[in-house]
Order: sequence, then structure tokens, then C-alpha cells
Amino acid sequence: MWAVEILQGNIKMSEYKFSEDQEKEIATIFAKYPVKTSALLPLLTLVQRADQLVKPEAMVAIGKKLDVSPAYVQSVLSFYTMYHTEKVGKYMILFCINISCQLNGSDKLLEHTAKKLNIKVGETTFDEKFTLHREECLAACTEAPMMRVNDTYYGNLTEQRIDQIIDLLD
Amino acid sequence: MTQILFKDINKEGLHTMKVYEELGGYQSLKKAFAQKPDEIIADVKASGLRGRGGAGFPTGLKWSFLAKDVFPRYLCCNADESEPGTCKDRELLLKNPHLLIEGMILCSYACQIETGYIYMRGEFHDLSFIMDKALEEAHAKGYLGKNILGTGFNLDIHTHLGAGAYICGEESALLNSLEGGRGEPRMKPPFPAVEGLYSKPTVINNVETLCVIPYIVNEGAEKYASFGTEKSKGTKLVSVSGHVKKPGNYEIEMGTPTSELIYNLAGGIRNDNKLKAFIPGGSSVPMLPADKVDTPYDYESLAAAGTMLGSGALIVIDDSVNIVETTLRLISFYMHESCGKCTPCREGTRWLYQIVERIMQNKGQLEYIEKLEDICGNMSFKAFCPLADACVAPVVSSIKHFRSDYEEYFKNVGVS
Repeated sequence: MWAVEILQGNIKMSEYKFSEDQEKEIATIFAKYPVKTSALLPLLTLVQRADQLVKPEAMVAIGKKLDVSPAYVQSVLSFYTMYHTEKVGKYMILFCINISCQLNGSDKLLEHTAKKLNIKVGETTFDEKFTLHREECLAACTEAPMMRVNDTYYGNLTEQRIDQIIDLLD
Repeated sequence: MTQILFKDINKEGLHTMKVYEELGGYQSLKKAFAQKPDEIIADVKASGLRGRGGAGFPTGLKWSFLAKDVFPRYLCCNADESEPGTCKDRELLLKNPHLLIEGMILCSYACQIETGYIYMRGEFHDLSFIMDKALEEAHAKGYLGKNILGTGFNLDIHTHLGAGAYICGEESALLNSLEGGRGEPRMKPPFPAVEGLYSKPTVINNVETLCVIPYIVNEGAEKYASFGTEKSKGTKLVSVSGHVKKPGNYEIEMGTPTSELIYNLAGGIRNDNKLKAFIPGGSSVPMLPADKVDTPYDYESLAAAGTMLGSGALIVIDDSVNIVETTLRLISFYMHESCGKCTPCREGTRWLYQIVERIMQNKGQLEYIEKLEDICGNMSFKAFCPLADACVAPVVSSIKHFRSDYEEYFKNVGVS
């Protein structure tokens, strides 16, 4: 919807500036591919890691770098579940609920986690520290039930272990 | 039991060049470079190696399909491991990245490829650092880059991360994603061997497949083919998960009874419950009831039993479970992951979900089962890629083997 808002002049969009380090990284990314557009996913990942989300102005800036429209950037972004355009918590908890985890009790553990954080699945805590989501298979089925917190995998979960993990995150 | 891929998997420091080389790593390169590329392809063909990602297509044959005299060519290693139940590639990437690099160098030499990509699922972000480090080490040693070991052969390999889409493990969707697009599958033909990445001839192989190549070059095709059964050669990594005491990745010789995997390697069913069902090859293949547990674990025997070896993920289900519940979870997965490009899959997965959900809410009728079968018939082989068929597999097989589990719910119709 932000595109409409921008056209109507309700949102003033500032220009997105890549930092010097980012520019260096972008050059390394470009060097990997014979075709520029291949850098699209890596660039989206780069800005999301810096900003915790992909801002509209970042989509415009990435489009410029790759000679594609911001609309194309958004259409690709919207296909992948790992990108988000809205603010999420400092810790993104992705709880696997697929078959091997389900068989090992992930549904109950997810419920427990939501209760502990005092939110519903899909929500972010009031202090913006945690976001909790259901996730499909994360390829760690032999450690089921498992979850991923930002980039870290935690397997063989129990209620106690979940409590410990969450309590230790600051 | 013969260990080819997992021989040294738990050696400390295996992910470093130093330890990997001490254990004989990269020895195959000199041997390979002394041969003509076609000889290596012939060897891989003779080894009987089949793709370990799921489809089981003969690897050597795949390589030989590359469009003649069209360059550049590309190699894509499919490390988008996301088939529910499967986590063997993750263990290889985590603990033995150099084995994959060695395999990719051999494949590239055989297929005259100068650029390779390792497409890893976005969630493997941390693994990509391990892989990048290993690639750097291989560069420093002169195993990658320009004029490798003085042969005039050049090769660069890069990692590329996806961003969360199961469908990108389908090879043509993977190519679209790597080109910076939505990960929707392509119409085939043309096959990737003719028009793949950037419309150039492309080889796409699973991590495990490529990791087998060094062994074939070092020890010979005959040696590799001496393991396994007459038609399913070699060894296979199997991820055993679910209701077992010791879940884990195990390397077995093809043809080992499934019961050996469940009751011996994985320690049997947890709490000493009874086995109810098992899914032998990842969530996309039909499940089997407990009485088929002695089926030899190889392509042909599993096919004869009405299922598939798939990606080698054995999911074990005990008798505490109502299979309808499991089936609904799997449908929900495919519904979530359907890319939406073609109708039978996009709509079919939703319909299946809604009907099974109603059954589970005690709102079903006996006719619903016929309806499910009817929808499945209209999804099978009617979509661009196998995702629709994958969703059909658990539904059809659960009805076939566990009809009574559905009927449990009909007894309670009206009870909420």
C-alpha cells in the first residue's frame, strides 16, 4: 500500500543510503554473477540484516542498482517468507511445526512458548523483543522438536529448555 | 557397514583444509586431471550413481545430456534442503564442506564448467560462512581459481542464499530464484541441461550426489557399484526422525531392510510403542503401514511397495498417532509452499486442507473420502512441477492404509 501513499504524496520517501561497508559488500556480490539481477536476493538480505526489515526506499535503491523497477523488487520479495516489510522483534523465533517436530510434540511446546511470551503466534511482544512464528521444516529433523532464533538452531526442545533459552536472551 | 560419505564425519576439524587433506582429501583431482572429461562421465555412468535429491535420475546420464559445444556452462549444487524429514545435506555442509567442493571440482572438470553455485536455503545463513571459508581455503591451495594445478582448467564456486521457499528445491524454480526472480518452476522442456541458468547448459545436482563423486574417481566405478543392489548402487544417507529412540543421519548400503534402520541403527520405537506407519523418503512420498517394515531400502524395492526412496528421509510414526492429524499437517505444508503458478496445485492443496480439516472437526461425511480421492486424481501429473503430486501422496496413501483412522472421526459427527 505504501506505493499508493507515495504517489499521493502522503509519505515522503527519503533516499536510501548504503553505507561504505555495504557498498563494498555489494561489489563483492556483483562480482559473483554474470547477470546483475542475480544479486537481488543477496541485496535484500543485506538491507534486511542492517535494518531488521526491508524499507520501501531500500527497494527503490536496490532497483536502481539492478536496473529493475521497485515493483519488480517488491514482487520478488513478496515470494519469499524470510523477508519482511514490517518491524519485527529483536529476536525472531521460528518454531518448526512440520511432521517430525509435530510427532515430537511441537504443538504443545509452541503453545507453551506463546504463553511464556504472553503473545499469540504471529505477534511481537510489547517491548519489541520477541516475534513468534510457526515455521515449516528447517532441515534439522533428527533434533526435533526444534526452533530457530534469528540464525541459531535449537534442537531437542522441552518446556524447561525453551524457558532457559528465552530467559538468556537479552 | 560401508561408510563412504560418513567415514570421517565426526573427526574433529574435518571442515578445515588441513584435516581434510590429512585424511586423503583432494587426492582425486590429480587422478581426474590425468583423464579426459568424457572418461569421468563414463565412470560416473558406470558407477550407477543416481541423484540423491529425490528424483533418483542417473547422474552420469544427466551430465551427458549437456548441449554439445555450448559455453559457458554452469553447475548448481542444490543445497536448498527443505523436504520435511530430510537433514542429511545439512550435516555434510556443516561438517564436511571440502568433500562437496572436491565433488564440484570433479563434476565441473568432467562437464567443462567454469562457474559453480551452491544454492543454500536462506535458513542456512551460518552454514554459508563455513562454506565460504572452505572455498577460500581451496582457492588459496590452488584447487579453485585460474589454471587449477597447472592444467589450464579454471573454476570459481560461489555460495548463494535463498530466502525461504520450499519450491526453490525444484531445479527449475531454483534457477529462477538464482537469476533473481520469484522461485516459480519453469515449463520443461527445455531441460536445464540444454537451457538452464542464464539460458545456458546447466548441471543441477544435490549435495549428497556431488559428495559421492570423489569416491568414484578415487576408487573406481566398479568398487562403488559393488555396494548396494543390482539396480540401486552404492550407499545412501538416511535421516531417521519421528518416534525413534536415536534419531539421526545414517549411511546404509542400498538394499538394507528398513527395519534395520528403525530397530537397530535408530534404536527402535520410543517408549517401546508399536510402529504404526513410516514414510520412507520424505514427506512427498506415500506412507507405508508397519507390515512393510522389512522392505529393502532401495529405489526398486520401495517402488514395488508402492512408495519412493525420495530424498532418503525415514519418518517413523508410532501407534499413538491418528494418521489424519499427520496428513493434515502435511497438506498444510504443501498449501503454504504452493507457489500459486498453476491451478491444480494452488486450489487443490486448499481444497484438500479444508476437507480434511472438516473431517477432523467431526463435520465430515463418508463421501468426503471419495471427494478427496477425486481431487487427488485431478492434481496428479497435472501441474508444472511435482509439488502437487507430493501433496497427493500422503492423502492417497493414508486413505489406502489407514481408512479406519478417517472413519474414527465419522463416528463422532456432530460432536464438537
